Amino acid sequence: MDHFAVWIAAFLTMGIVSFLYKDNPWYKLSEAIFVGISAGYWFIALFWDSIYSKFWLGKEADPFLWVGVFLGVLMLLRLIPKIGWISRWPLAFIVGCTSGLYLINFLASNLMRQVQATIQPLFGPDFGASLYAAVGSIVIVVGTFSGLVYFFFSKEHKGAFGATAKLGIWFIMITFGASFGYTVMSRMSLLIGRIDFLLTDWLGLIR
Amino acid sequence: MRREVPLFITLIVGVVFVLQYFIPHYPFNRMNGWFSDWFSIVAAFAIWLGALNLLKISFMKIINRKSDWFYALVIILSFGLMVTVGFAGGEAYREPGTVFSWLYDHVYTPLSATMFAILAFFVASASYRAFRARNLEASLLLGAAFFVMLGRVPIGDWLTSFLPEGYRLPQLATWIMNFPQTAGQRAIMIGIALGLVSTSLRIILGIERSHLGSE
Repeated sequence: MDHFAVWIAAFLTMGIVSFLYKDNPWYKLSEAIFVGISAGYWFIALFWDSIYSKFWLGKEADPFLWVGVFLGVLMLLRLIPKIGWISRWPLAFIVGCTSGLYLINFLASNLMRQVQATIQPLFGPDFGASLYAAVGSIVIVVGTFSGLVYFFFSKEHKGAFGATAKLGIWFIMITFGASFGYTVMSRMSLLIGRIDFLLTDWLGLIR
Repeated sequence: MRREVPLFITLIVGVVFVLQYFIPHYPFNRMNGWFSDWFSIVAAFAIWLGALNLLKISFMKIINRKSDWFYALVIILSFGLMVTVGFAGGEAYREPGTVFSWLYDHVYTPLSATMFAILAFFVASASYRAFRARNLEASLLLGAAFFVMLGRVPIGDWLTSFLPEGYRLPQLATWIMNFPQTAGQRAIMIGIALGLVSTSLRIILGIERSHLGSE
């Protein structure tokens, strides 16, 4: 069974990798299996974890939960074109929930906490912080402020304002570069994992 | 009915979510609990809608004998297999040793990991285009990515091993991530937060209606 599992995984892995050469039937087969399996996975996971656990998991279900089921069924009406417009009601519910939640959460965490984390004393009461940390704090204040100035488009980027915006774009470019480098590293580590699987588990070339 | 009811639902739900933050007492805390439960149920149905839509499109492809209809059949069969073993497995469907978990470990995981792994090649070709040092901005992008990548692998440490501890490439990469990267990230996050707050307000108040589509 283990050998069979390894061969299946290797067959599918090579199928996806074959796309690097060109689009081909092996890739299309692996891709179709991936689409079907992942759709099935989420279908089942949401049934057991979201629906079953709320209604049947050995406890009295709150009757108000059926309103959620009703809204969910309305969502499925989208599959019937003639009455598909009713699916806007559950969609409006989802959009309302997300808007209300984001309005508060982003205001509290992304705005207030980030501002609070930026405005920090350079040194502690006993001047305990290192020069390294103090310089870092200045870099963060200057970078955050100039980055925000760059995003302010209601005033033309000229003079001192333009120079600050220019500094802001430099910081944003460093952010993009560092994030890009990080993404490349994570993809590379996934690739190394797959190559390691092929060479170790499948072909047995590395022991 | 087609526009007014959805706008009313959005207004009520959005306002309740905002109010419950400031007044975490009855009835807002109760309503918040219901809405959160309904949200997860409707989200499950939304995923099911996507899966059923995928099946519908695949069936149409097979019936009309469109090109690549065979792969549509593979999608239906794979979906059917996963759903069948998932229901048959009962509550413990994900336990090790079940067919569902076997399919997850030996089919789903290798496929998804490889799918993301081959992005490394596309990222490499994108880097070639993005990282040409044409001006100062592009050079900063290139430099930050270069030092972060080199600083995270053993060769980066080896290349700068002659420098005193604290001034080597791994430490430079950490410094870039901790300070200039954090500063830029923070500016972007604050900008996103301001944009999200204003967009959420527009949606709750019914000014922004594009999510409802046309008549």
